[in-house]
Amino acid sequence: MSFIRQYLSDVISGVKSLLTGMRLTGKYFIKHKETNITQQYPDNRQELFAGLPDRFRGEVVMSHDDNNEHACTGCTACELACPNGTIKIVTKFDMTPEGKKKKAIDKFVYHLELCTMCNLCIEACPTSAIKMAQNFEHSVFDRRDLTKVLNKPGSKVREGVE
Amino acid sequence: MFSLENITNLVSTWLYANLDPTWALVVQFVIVGVLVISLFSILGLVLIMMERRVAAWMQLRLGPNRVGPRGYFQTVADTLKLIVKEGMTPDGADKFLFNLAPFIVMIVSMVIMAPLMFAKGFQIWDVNIGVFFITAVSSVSVIGILMAGWASNNKYSLLGAMRSGAQIVSYELSAGLAILTIVVFSGSLQVSTIVESQADGWWLLKGHVPAVISFVIFIIAVTAETNRAPFDLAEAESELTAGFHTEYSGMKFALFFLAEYVNIFVVCAVGATLYLGGWMPFHIGNWTSFNQVMDYIPSSAWFFGKTFFLIFVIMWFRWTFPRLRIDQLLNLEWKYLLPISLFNLLLATVIAIMGLHF
Repeated sequence: MSFIRQYLSDVISGVKSLLTGMRLTGKYFIKHKETNITQQYPDNRQELFAGLPDRFRGEVVMSHDDNNEHACTGCTACELACPNGTIKIVTKFDMTPEGKKKKAIDKFVYHLELCTMCNLCIEACPTSAIKMAQNFEHSVFDRRDLTKVLNKPGSKVREGVE
Repeated sequence: MFSLENITNLVSTWLYANLDPTWALVVQFVIVGVLVISLFSILGLVLIMMERRVAAWMQLRLGPNRVGPRGYFQTVADTLKLIVKEGMTPDGADKFLFNLAPFIVMIVSMVIMAPLMFAKGFQIWDVNIGVFFITAVSSVSVIGILMAGWASNNKYSLLGAMRSGAQIVSYELSAGLAILTIVVFSGSLQVSTIVESQADGWWLLKGHVPAVISFVIFIIAVTAETNRAPFDLAEAESELTAGFHTEYSGMKFALFFLAEYVNIFVVCAVGATLYLGGWMPFHIGNWTSFNQVMDYIPSSAWFFGKTFFLIFVIMWFRWTFPRLRIDQLLNLEWKYLLPISLFNLLLATVIAIMGLHF
């Protein structure tokens, strides 16, 4: 007797779970105008530039202020944090007014073609010098164009950033 | 009121008045052949479009939207591409069987159309064993599939074909028993009589629980018989590349593809005829005015509306359920569907003998 009860409850619970799934897809079908998540990319290009989600990660950039100053001290924490060698920092030594040597960045080299947008470098940066931009149109005709130097020419580290 | 019956009668009387009977019959055959072939191709285009739309909307996508207005010419473009593509025959294949298989599959799905009643008095062949004819002929398509799998000389094709064989042979049992339930209720195998017997209500509504159970079993079994997801083990892209039609390309592949969709149409038409009253309008007991309004909708619209509703349900299955394993598939048939449908047939027989249905 318990065998038959088990058999029937198997059938009923199976049917019920199938109907739950069908209710979900049926709802998607009827409300397809609201639920569809496809972006019609080339058509709504302007819209996408205006309103991507905050967490969207396009590429690593270094923010510069009006005086062409950035916050990168050349500590290489991002280079160490990067899992696939995307970042290469070339350092140099500046002379401070007191005549001391001070470490600073010469080139912040960023290989966009290697980057997986994992965000680990941004989290490792102690001075918040780099951040993720939302630019996503990265296709180029020459692969070398994807190797970027993030610090602008002539820029220097901001006063007071250690 | 629009009626296909008047048109066919007009054509038939004109032919018999102007030609001698033999030639009139030959001309009629030709007309029927042309109609079936054009229905075949139109159904292919329409159903593939419908499938892609339904799939997209259920998966939160848009579906085809580039070719033509709102993407409606997409299937036409696909068909043109398949027509101009080369139909390759692999070197190691059994060439005769390899080239024969798609035609067998296609011819079978065309032949099943013969006893279908598309509208009031619009039927190719009102044979007195119509339902039996459909079940008998539809099992031949498995030979085409096995032929394709074997002749391809490819292990994936052969595995797909074997699975398809096991699947179709087992599911035909419960499909047949589900059909028998309605045959028991209506007391006839002739399609026109079965439709006539539903003039005062469809069997799904007036056959109590057994009709509902057999309807559900029928839908499950025909989904399996047409090799559609969640029972698409014969193709199983992730395991067998494309199953029995891995080696096919161009128009030969298109024939398999078209035959699959026409088979869906045919089985849904059979389901609509048996359970939803075929071309019979929806009538409620004594509501005369309501019934008259329903009568004004042409019978062909009723038939195609019901059929396309069932096709939609089967597409709904495909885009909701994950694929079964082969042992789960056979378990479902032999441990669940077959005992339930046998018991159900017994119940239906008792109800029919006691005259308990409406």
